[in-house]
Amino acid sequence: MTARLLSPPALWIGGTLLLLLGLWRLDASPLRLLEGLGKLGWLLVLMVPPSSGGALWELLEALLATLAMAFLGTVLAAIVSFPLAFLGAANVMPLRLLRLGLRRLWDGLRGIDTLIWALVFVAAVGLGPFAGVLAIAVPDIGALSKLFSEAIEAADRRQAEAVRAAGGTRLQTVRFGILPQVAPVLLSQVLYFFESNVRSASILGIVGAGGIGLALSDRLRLNNWDEVAFIVLLILAMVAVIDTASRAIRRRLA
Amino acid sequence: MPSPALAAPLGAAAAAIEARHRADVRAGRWRQLGIVLLLLALSLASGWYSEFSAARLLEGLPGVADYIGRTLPVLRAESLGADLREWYWNLGEWLLLLVDTALIAYVGTVVGAGLALLLSFPASARHTPHPALAFAVRRVLETARSVPVLVFALIFVFAFGLGPLPGAMALAVHTMGALGKLYAEIHENAEAAPVEAVRAAGGSWAEQMRFGVLPQSMPGVVSYGLLRFEINVREASILGFVGAGGIGEELYTVVRRFEYADISALVLLILATVTLLDFACTRLRRRITGALSAA
Repeated sequence: MTARLLSPPALWIGGTLLLLLGLWRLDASPLRLLEGLGKLGWLLVLMVPPSSGGALWELLEALLATLAMAFLGTVLAAIVSFPLAFLGAANVMPLRLLRLGLRRLWDGLRGIDTLIWALVFVAAVGLGPFAGVLAIAVPDIGALSKLFSEAIEAADRRQAEAVRAAGGTRLQTVRFGILPQVAPVLLSQVLYFFESNVRSASILGIVGAGGIGLALSDRLRLNNWDEVAFIVLLILAMVAVIDTASRAIRRRLA
Repeated sequence: MPSPALAAPLGAAAAAIEARHRADVRAGRWRQLGIVLLLLALSLASGWYSEFSAARLLEGLPGVADYIGRTLPVLRAESLGADLREWYWNLGEWLLLLVDTALIAYVGTVVGAGLALLLSFPASARHTPHPALAFAVRRVLETARSVPVLVFALIFVFAFGLGPLPGAMALAVHTMGALGKLYAEIHENAEAAPVEAVRAAGGSWAEQMRFGVLPQSMPGVVSYGLLRFEINVREASILGFVGAGGIGEELYTVVRRFEYADISALVLLILATVTLLDFACTRLRRRITGALSAA
């Protein structure tokens, strides 16, 4: 039965019907699309040439604040995740129940999008980059803890056993038997998350969590399209620079 | 046991090795210290820029805990049914919004993947009709995936009006950029023999791609497409923040109005939907890729 439901023709027909249903719900009439595309073309014309609107320094400062949010959020997440990950790794933590509980908690934290956390934190601690840092850190604690504990579980057992056999305590086993093996992996994961957090941080301002996103949504509201284009280009340049730098560091770590 | 005649040079060599090892360890320590200090300095500078500090964190955390505590519903054992009904008082409408959210993600993924597939052939260095075309297409894809979905959504909302349509379009453009690159990479790995066979039989470039490359790339194409759908469901749930449809609009409203119980109800619903669709996609992916690679 399921075999027939998943056969290629059935999937094609089902997929197409679903697409048609979606297009109907989306109200995607050809007229609306054509009108919108016309308006979009007009917007693109308004975007050229991009202009800083005389606020270059203000924008660069917002860019720095964005980087700062991403950096602190990543550092905070890494600091919290590091001990948590050991508690969730089967080869360190023998209590199954605690491990499973932690894992479900992490699933929940990272299942909720950064922007939803940002919305909640802005409501809880007020507008500004402080809420942004928390919004980046909390879902990342879920993701990094999971990745960290998987790396710890994949560590070679024999080195830990050697420390044990030499009379090492539990803590010494982790410190000298496991940590040296996993440290480069953890670091490169943290760097990778920093890259992705720079992207996330650049839009957090849209819900009021500071940084360049705030400047962007202001310009959009005022219909200053040349400045919108300028800010988008700034974000792209920042992301490209961070990606290149982080990739170079990660290659050296590996 | 070395003989006495050998012991002296061996001892000297051992001492030299020992000394070098110690020097290496010391150099390593200094480097580590340097990195730690650099990170500390960066953290302090970042803290200054984002008005963040350990004190502020400790001060703010009770507020966060209080806020999250308030969103939790009152559930009593004696009137559990009624309490649940009150918590999810608007369930019918919310479920409809969730279906909309999934449809936005679906339309965005299908349209985006379709465009990505079309562009991936000219973008792949091995199969492109002209290197200049490959270069141009790759820059287009790069731009499409570098601009955040929410920025596209904001612009499209302005052009197409409020509602789920600009949301799906924003997802489609971003998906096109992300999948186009991956698809082109998959095509690079296709075996040359089937493509040559189609060409030898007089097939045009399009026919070579369709009958020579695509059948080989299909498992990867479907698999990455399904993965992208999972990501897009998450994205679709926040598009409503900027007026681009789906459950996000409702979430945005209840957070702004401090309807505490509704916040937790909606967040849990979104979490459940995302988890459910992830699970379904994983199963579907395994079946489809299994069937396609077996064929």
